[in-house]
Amino acid sequence: MFVAALITKQVRHAATGRRILQGFQRQSDRNKVGTVAVRSFITSVDPSHGLTEEQIAIQQLAIDFARNEMMPNMAMWDEKEMFPVETMRAAANLGFGAIYAQEEFGGTGLSRLDASLIFEALSQGCTSTTAYISIHNMCAWMIDTFGNESQREKWIPLLAGMEKFASYCLTEPGSGSDAVSLSTSAKRDGDDLILNGSKAFISGGGDTDVYLVMCRTGSAGPKGISCVLVEKGTPGLHFGKKEKKVGWNSQPTRMVIFEDCRVPATNIIGKEGQGFNIAMKGLNGGRINIASCSLGAAQASLQAAIDHVKVRKQFGKPLASFQNSQFRLAEMATELVASRLLVRNAARALDNDDLDTVPLCSMAKYYATEKCFNIINEALQLHGGYGYLKDYSVQQYLRDTRVHMILEGTNEVMRLLIARKVLSD
Amino acid sequence: MSLKVLVGVKRVIDYAVKIRVRPDKLGVVTDGVKHSMNPFDEIAIEEAVRLKEKKIAKEVIAVSCGPAQAQETIRTALAMGADRGIHVEVPAKEMEKLEPLHVSKILAKLVEKEGGDLLIVGKQAIDDDTNATAQMTASLLNWPQATFASEIKKTDGELEVTREIDGGLESIKVKLPAVVSADLRLNEPRYATLPNIMKAKKKKIQKMKPGDLSVDVTPHLEVVEVLDPPVREAGIKVDDVEGLVTKLKEAGRI
Repeated sequence: MFVAALITKQVRHAATGRRILQGFQRQSDRNKVGTVAVRSFITSVDPSHGLTEEQIAIQQLAIDFARNEMMPNMAMWDEKEMFPVETMRAAANLGFGAIYAQEEFGGTGLSRLDASLIFEALSQGCTSTTAYISIHNMCAWMIDTFGNESQREKWIPLLAGMEKFASYCLTEPGSGSDAVSLSTSAKRDGDDLILNGSKAFISGGGDTDVYLVMCRTGSAGPKGISCVLVEKGTPGLHFGKKEKKVGWNSQPTRMVIFEDCRVPATNIIGKEGQGFNIAMKGLNGGRINIASCSLGAAQASLQAAIDHVKVRKQFGKPLASFQNSQFRLAEMATELVASRLLVRNAARALDNDDLDTVPLCSMAKYYATEKCFNIINEALQLHGGYGYLKDYSVQQYLRDTRVHMILEGTNEVMRLLIARKVLSD
Repeated sequence: MSLKVLVGVKRVIDYAVKIRVRPDKLGVVTDGVKHSMNPFDEIAIEEAVRLKEKKIAKEVIAVSCGPAQAQETIRTALAMGADRGIHVEVPAKEMEKLEPLHVSKILAKLVEKEGGDLLIVGKQAIDDDTNATAQMTASLLNWPQATFASEIKKTDGELEVTREIDGGLESIKVKLPAVVSADLRLNEPRYATLPNIMKAKKKKIQKMKPGDLSVDVTPHLEVVEVLDPPVREAGIKVDDVEGLVTKLKEAGRI
């Protein structure tokens, strides 16, 4: 008899089952007699559909890690507001710390598409933690791409292994969407810069070791901004209180405050005046990453809803037999595939340095974060009253993904960027 | 003495999948269903890689019989640290009917061909649970076998193996070359790292057919019927111990 129940919890496959959607065929599994199995590149509801052998191996590693190391802990990390340093370091040891930084100084050297697959998979284990890991990856890439040799040599090995954690500091109390108007100043004093000002809503702030700070070294406008690396412990670097948030509770969020904070001018990443450009280039990828996190959360929620409606009965029938449930699930699955197509398309565009990269990343970000939030919301509704209980994970995916529509550029700013492209032709 | 180790790995339906019996009742649905490496074979690969890290083994070769997708399973083994792979091609339709005796013959021939010193396989596959391949391969090779291994130590020219048996733990010594089957608590398999997954792409997988090893895979067994386990029936409550004993006697259980 085909029984899979022999494996107990002692094997590293914990009892939290891996989810696959039956009924959506993996093209690569079809073996027609007399024909060669052809690899298709079609995207479908199963996130592994249409991937190459190597991509499937990478994705499977992330799925296994998420299922065994993250999913059993996600509720606790949320409730206790724990920053899961050891788990993130374990992820970094597998190569998840600097996924798309070059191998030269310890990055993993993979593509943006590979990174998207990884974050999508990890996000099922814990969306909030994965989102932080993606921010850390973004910072590592910025240093790897724009930093000089000595900066890369010093920081990439430490960031790749997550020996040190990084934060991205752009937003200020007075400048969010209007990022260019930032006012944190960095005035020259001999060989040093003196920073004054404050940054708001900084993910990891206070717990992380390295801060990439966009500050004003020159005059007003984007060309007056530089990207400066500030280490925790530098005199004049303070932190505000830990914010109490609706979600993203496994990462601390604090104000980062500079009071006559002195750093060597050699801490400038890239050229003076290049900071805004570096920040925006970082965000292109960051937007794909955050959208990928939304995909993972939506996938997990969709699967949870499917499992629930097959089991839950009312009026003598499982909910799955009601057309309303069927129609909702169909709509959710369709939005998920549409979102995934946009995200992977944007990742490919970025990998290929396509001319349309900025609007495509913006489209992927706004569309996926909005549609995936709706998918999760519908999934919660399909759970009925149970969806509102913290015993069920749908509410955590909902709370965690809500902020994806706001940060890394609000979905409104995404529309501005797309409109700019649309009206320019 | 540095050992050449072969490890048998099987591609099976993933343990977390909800199994469905095929409408023709001759098997289970495998089309479009998630497959992965048999968990006991992951443990076998992990042990072989650890032997290499301890410099007891010099080469680890992952072997799998199956259709084209078996290569994915071999790649997983390579990403965990195996040096190269051998894929014995068996088309999907024939794979359904492939028996442990066929696999044992194939493994025995390969071990001889490669000059292997040690063959490690998972104790059983989670799809057919036959727990026969290790034993039959040892018999065909006329090698000693150490099955259900929960610990392996190397002493001069021998292996000291702790076996998990019904009565507890048994410690035996087997001379090399030998066949070992891996049990659950032998080790905890590592995650492949991303760099190792990328390196695995470059490792070689040799392809061959059962005929190349002069092995005939004609089935000797015929599956008559495959059924779901019976639906669990309701139990009954009894008032006291006497009632329990009476009911058990009535049911012929005691």
